[in-house]
Amino acid sequence: MDYQKILADYVEMPGGLIEAFHAIQAELSYLPEEAIIQAAQVFGIPAAQAYGVATFYSMFSVKPRGKFVIRICESAPCHIAGAAKVVAALEKELGINMGGSTPDGLFTLEFTECVGQCQAAPVITINGKPYTDVSPEKISGILEPYRKNI
Amino acid sequence: MPNITIDGIKVAVPEGSTILQAAQEAGVNIPTLCHHPDQSVKANCRICVCEVAGSNLLQAACSQPATEGMNVKTRSPKVLEARKTILELILANHPQDCLNCLRNENCELQSLAAEYCIRDNPFELKVRGLGKDLSTPALFRDPDKCVLCRRCIEACSVIQTVNALGIEYRGQKAMVVPTLGKNLIDSPCIMCGQCIHACPVGAIGEIEEIDELLAAIADPETVVVTQIAPAVRLALGEEVGMPTGDLPMDVLVAGLRQIGFDHVLHTNFTADLTIMEEGHELLKRLKEGGKLPMFTSCSPGWTSFCETFFPDLLDNLSTCKSPQQMFGALVKTYWADKMNIPASKIFSVSIMPCTAKKYEASRPEMQSSGFRDVDLVLTTREIGRLFRMSGLDFEKLAPADFSPWMSKYTGAGVIFGASGGVMEAALRTVYEVVTGETLADVNFTAVRGFEGIKEATVNLKGTEVKVAIAHGLGNARKVMEQVRAGESPYHFIEIMACPGGCIGGGGQPITKTNKKRLERIQAVYEEDQACAVRKSHLNTEVQELYKDFLHEPLGHKSHELLHTHYQAKDKKFL
Ligand code: FES
Ligand code: FES
Repeated sequence: MDYQKILADYVEMPGGLIEAFHAIQAELSYLPEEAIIQAAQVFGIPAAQAYGVATFYSMFSVKPRGKFVIRICESAPCHIAGAAKVVAALEKELGINMGGSTPDGLFTLEFTECVGQCQAAPVITINGKPYTDVSPEKISGILEPYRKNI
Repeated sequence: MPNITIDGIKVAVPEGSTILQAAQEAGVNIPTLCHHPDQSVKANCRICVCEVAGSNLLQAACSQPATEGMNVKTRSPKVLEARKTILELILANHPQDCLNCLRNENCELQSLAAEYCIRDNPFELKVRGLGKDLSTPALFRDPDKCVLCRRCIEACSVIQTVNALGIEYRGQKAMVVPTLGKNLIDSPCIMCGQCIHACPVGAIGEIEEIDELLAAIADPETVVVTQIAPAVRLALGEEVGMPTGDLPMDVLVAGLRQIGFDHVLHTNFTADLTIMEEGHELLKRLKEGGKLPMFTSCSPGWTSFCETFFPDLLDNLSTCKSPQQMFGALVKTYWADKMNIPASKIFSVSIMPCTAKKYEASRPEMQSSGFRDVDLVLTTREIGRLFRMSGLDFEKLAPADFSPWMSKYTGAGVIFGASGGVMEAALRTVYEVVTGETLADVNFTAVRGFEGIKEATVNLKGTEVKVAIAHGLGNARKVMEQVRAGESPYHFIEIMACPGGCIGGGGQPITKTNKKRLERIQAVYEEDQACAVRKSHLNTEVQELYKDFLHEPLGHKSHELLHTHYQAKDKKFL
């Protein structure tokens, strides 16, 4: 993957490192070590610092993830509304545990903090897109289009 | 000048002072942990909290500005209670391992726990179980002990500009890690050990090798020989409860003999020798149009830094080995012959103010004698521990002499221990060699002191030689960028990795402030002043070495034993 090309678009932008990380992650679902090293060079900061940024924000991952990252809100309102059952259903449906990825590289399960949709809890997001009022029954329907869209 | 009241004491302090500074002015002690007097404010541990009238929340004294009319209580029951809880919370994540810790009795957290009478911690002990990083030959990291003060990061990134350390993740998961979460050996770390002085606890330290020494001493077949680096004596006394500089050299020699060293020699001897070789190398480069400016090469933290960050400038480095390695190469050749001891029986130990020397001695090219030239490197701190372990009473110990052939030294060797010392020693010799005249005043005071970058110009019979001195790698980097840009006006540059030079080395007694470094620098020049001979080329043992063995500076034998080469370090991420 040509990181230089992506990085070049953000190098003049204030706070461009974070935007560049978002752009790389949009392609790969995570930030490979090489991407962090090259970003550090392009932005003229030590690799130790670029790595600090990449790990500080929970929306970035430095470990490989599936193409679609499913995040389940674990903050109080969603918790009360039954997030645990949604977790169990997702784990069963995908055959993986929270934090894991499916062997086909398609899905990863992660927790997230409140995503600001508490009016319709529980909430999950898939690659940033929120799904509200989720219940175990709705899971396979929600996943359906992602499964096709390989 | 704000007027403020601290525990009923009125003080006026300069604009911009913190409560902590005002309290120091008023003679009130406020405990600190993340705060370091020579670094920026961190304010992340909260141990310094105080009550400020008019504010519901306790304020961190190390960061809160002192403002006009402020009324501060630093020792109310509410404050003491809060500090105690903060300590208990920190200790709940800290291994209760003090008895086994390198920093036992020299740990800021341990002292606080004692002062605040921490007995039964109500919080459950939860250690993260990250395990030690033993990847380098010089330093270890023990992240479980880290209190996340970030002082090591500032030492590494701001003072040294090495940037080997950073923070990974945040909140509960936050940890200080080498670059990209790797082991230290894979980071750009140059093993200077300045992080050790910065660390308030035992999360970073030197790889301790006292047992290796004791094993060699216990073996009757082995002849254990040691060299003592220039900056060691004056600081070693600190480890056994003496003021800086007060431990006399002949008593130190006696102490080392008591421990069981068969022969005690001195690195100052090869410091003088370094001046002979390096001085002539400089003259040769000047005369024959060699690569200039020439950089000194005695500090292994610095040479590693150059190999890591300035591989394009390796030809500017003097090819002279450091005094430690010159010594190592000679002790198993020249000295072994003189003493009639088979080189294979010699175990050569060096006592160094430096952690990077442990790495340097392990470099594969450092085997010019046909053996590993320096078998073991012990820091000043390790020897201090050995002295305490041995229960030596330095007040009563009768002085003892060095063994012959490689222990005589001049004041020029002595000053190697302070930033500017190698330059001054070189100038003393180069001047006399070039001009054939005796120096009227051997004191080149312009190159002394704690200023980050110093410069001077010396007139050698019509030739102006411009020199610069940098200590601390952040300062070195500035000088190097200038060289890289082709804009350096200098002919000769001395660089020491550690602030203050070797007296502030990573292996010295834990150095909490730069004030201590200044005291040690003072002691270095006092020792020089007291030397009868203060120019390297007048060292009679060095003269004899050239007469009997080396024949001439930069000659064939010197080339074989005393000079080296450097290699770009292939570090993937900087
Ligand atoms: S708590 Fe889940 S969206 Fe707010
Ligand atoms: S010393 Fe003030 S917050 Fe750490």
